[in-house]
Amino acid sequence: MTLELVLQGVVGGLLMGLVYALIAAGLSLIFGLMEIVNFAHGEFLMLAMFASFWAWALWRLDPLVSLPLTALLLGVLGWATYHGVVRFILDAPMLAQIFATFGLAVFLRSGAQALWGADFHLVKDPLVQGRVTVAGVFIGLPQLVASAGALVAFGLLYWFITRTETGLALQATAQDRQAASLMGIDTQWMFALGWAIGGACVGVAGGLLATFFYVFPDVGASFALLAYVAVALGGFGNVPATLAGGVVVGLVEVLGGLLFDPSLKLIGVFALYLLVVLWRPQGLFGRF
Amino acid sequence: MSRTRLAVGLVLLAAAVLFPALVTLPYPRDVLIRIFLFATLAQAWNILAGYCGQISLGHAIFFGTGAYAAGMFVAKDIASPWVAMVVGAVIAVALSQVIGAPVFRLRGHYFAIATIAVGEIVHILAVNWELIGAARGLYIPIKRPDSLVNFQFHQSKAVYYYIVLGLLLLGLGVTRLIERSRLGYYFRAVREEQDAAASLGVAVARTKRMAFAISAALTAMCGTFYAQYVLFIDPESVLPLSLSILICLVAVLGGVGTLWGPLIGAAVLIPLGEATRIYVGGTGKALDLVIYGALIMVVSVAQPAGLVGIARRLRRAA
Repeated sequence: MTLELVLQGVVGGLLMGLVYALIAAGLSLIFGLMEIVNFAHGEFLMLAMFASFWAWALWRLDPLVSLPLTALLLGVLGWATYHGVVRFILDAPMLAQIFATFGLAVFLRSGAQALWGADFHLVKDPLVQGRVTVAGVFIGLPQLVASAGALVAFGLLYWFITRTETGLALQATAQDRQAASLMGIDTQWMFALGWAIGGACVGVAGGLLATFFYVFPDVGASFALLAYVAVALGGFGNVPATLAGGVVVGLVEVLGGLLFDPSLKLIGVFALYLLVVLWRPQGLFGRF
Repeated sequence: MSRTRLAVGLVLLAAAVLFPALVTLPYPRDVLIRIFLFATLAQAWNILAGYCGQISLGHAIFFGTGAYAAGMFVAKDIASPWVAMVVGAVIAVALSQVIGAPVFRLRGHYFAIATIAVGEIVHILAVNWELIGAARGLYIPIKRPDSLVNFQFHQSKAVYYYIVLGLLLLGLGVTRLIERSRLGYYFRAVREEQDAAASLGVAVARTKRMAFAISAALTAMCGTFYAQYVLFIDPESVLPLSLSILICLVAVLGGVGTLWGPLIGAAVLIPLGEATRIYVGGTGKALDLVIYGALIMVVSVAQPAGLVGIARRLRRAA
């Protein structure tokens, strides 16, 4: 294995890792707010990718152009999911909490398949294409744009959570639901907002991915699994740390493929999840 | 048990036993075989998740273990599939203990996602393991004539039917025994409040491992049956995450933590899948799954006790 190959892998892993981080951010935000794992998160991503694809197929809008629209659409979906499903299971047993969003996942995934078939779609001739070579390392431009976009979105999210009054209210709700509501924060509204932001994050990620990744009904599942690992690495509920978590997942995935065999690359990622939750259930960067 | 309940139970059992004599068409028999198979699988999952509260999303591992045990034993001509059923169950129990030792330290969502991770690792390993046919899978050689020793019946599905009925009764019987036993109370104590159970002297770790072992063994036996019934197995049919999920869906719809829930769930979901395929048509449309998903969502939100819970509420209202 040459140094170039490793370097190529590291760059590739880093770029994908940033996208994983953005997917994971929404998941982590929702978990931090109400200790519910959105098992339909991958399906949200799939819908975002399909939205981008159809915007291109029907109106010739490039996924990067329709990105704000996709984000908005998924934000609305997140908000609707909270009001339609999640609101009713806030205090339900663990089993109901898990299977409510699981049912939604199955519903959305098979619904997409029933409507649009199981075929793979690809946005042809996207706005950004080709690649550049830096020091012998090939960098795909769509991937570069996607990771840059993910980083910007992540920055915006971080700014929103830590610098705005609404963001601080979100954090307060995450820390202590009752105390926050005693301080005059409308926690129901905060929960719905959390789901809307989580949806919008995954909407941006889906739009960015659609510029270079195949779109099909099952596409969300594999990304969602990686996002769970990224969330666990960062610590459930710790949104900024998911950035590091996502990057680690991206690197482990690529390096696992290089060291062993590409078909085995995900084993490293899942093994990492098991190691982290067993050794430090609060995540690598969790405080408690 | 009240007298009417006993009567209803006996009538149902008699109907189940007489069914192959009354219906000779292969198709209805096949539907019933699959209802019973999934009812047993869901019952096995129910023992761990419903009674002991440990939500496993990786149960396909044990199904695959049983299936591959049969596949290897018959393909390499080692021994009868019946031996494979026992060996598969033993391996599944061992596997469950190896997995359970670390994973049972986790709770709630962490546990559920960890079981997905383990399930996916096993799936990927199986896809790459040449000895067991890797991604190509295994054909189970056809043996003639039909015989119970060979566990293959090409002339009629009746014997398959009785075998899977036996598995179902085993699942129901084991669950009933657990419900009535001290172990069953331990299970429910761990499910309701793990720390309180521990403080009252319940050996929490051992109780969870026990539930996992029983559940894994029963699931593996179903896997062996499946392999001998379909005669072809590959990682995509016996180890995927979607199978683990389907097993849960059956139990969740019927009623988790109840004796009859899994059977009721299977009796609703499997024919539903068949009906959408026949009347709406088009394979790959996944319409049955659209309905499953919606049903599971509604059940989780409105009545977490499933169809059994709805029935109980109706009876109380009446």
